[in-house]
Amino acid sequence: MPDPGLWATLRDVTTAVFLVVGSLMSLTAAVGMLRFPDLMSRMHAATKPQVLGLLLLLGAVALQIGSWSAVPVLVLAWLLQLVTAPVSAHMVGRAGYRTKHLRRAMLVNDDLGAVVEQSAERERGRASGPPAREPGQT
Amino acid sequence: MILTTAAWIAGTLLSLAAVLVIVRLMRGPSILERAIAMDVLLAIIMAALCVDMAVNHHLNHMAFVVVACVVGFIGTVTISRYVTDRRNT
Repeated sequence: MPDPGLWATLRDVTTAVFLVVGSLMSLTAAVGMLRFPDLMSRMHAATKPQVLGLLLLLGAVALQIGSWSAVPVLVLAWLLQLVTAPVSAHMVGRAGYRTKHLRRAMLVNDDLGAVVEQSAERERGRASGPPAREPGQT
Repeated sequence: MILTTAAWIAGTLLSLAAVLVIVRLMRGPSILERAIAMDVLLAIIMAALCVDMAVNHHLNHMAFVVVACVVGFIGTVTISRYVTDRRNT
């Protein structure tokens, strides 16, 4: 068992690395937000500080607090972020796709295109159906 | 000592990130980009609070971090929901 001084130094060094790398995630996301060309690729950059960055920083907090009683709250914060980030990204992506906020030329494969086209077709049919049929019946 | 240095570096990185995100927030061609930028800005604020908690050995900001997760989520989902509705009708 090494002396406690070594453990304290090790803990501080690990915390420092976590803090710097976690902050670097935020900077990466910010640079991505600024430099990437369209909504979808900006969304891709935006999730880095929300999940991995927060994990590293909460890990740093846990290391410095050094007691198990703090861990449940930290895990709760991270789990909340982990559960909500995909949902909000899905909603933004959905709205972005349907309002044409993307560059077609940058897509390799568009699996959603046919589905959205079909659904729009059905909507149009339902909207124009009843008024068109009524004059014919009477 | 090493913690203070790390806190200064992290603070510099986070401030730079916040400035870049605010530039995107002002420029952002559509409201969806602004919603994402607000999300990232909130994540940066949460990161700054975590740095403060780690360096000063306390848990005072933990409630804010937990609540900020949920509030940011609700805000983004609401905004994108309204964007969809307006285009459909």
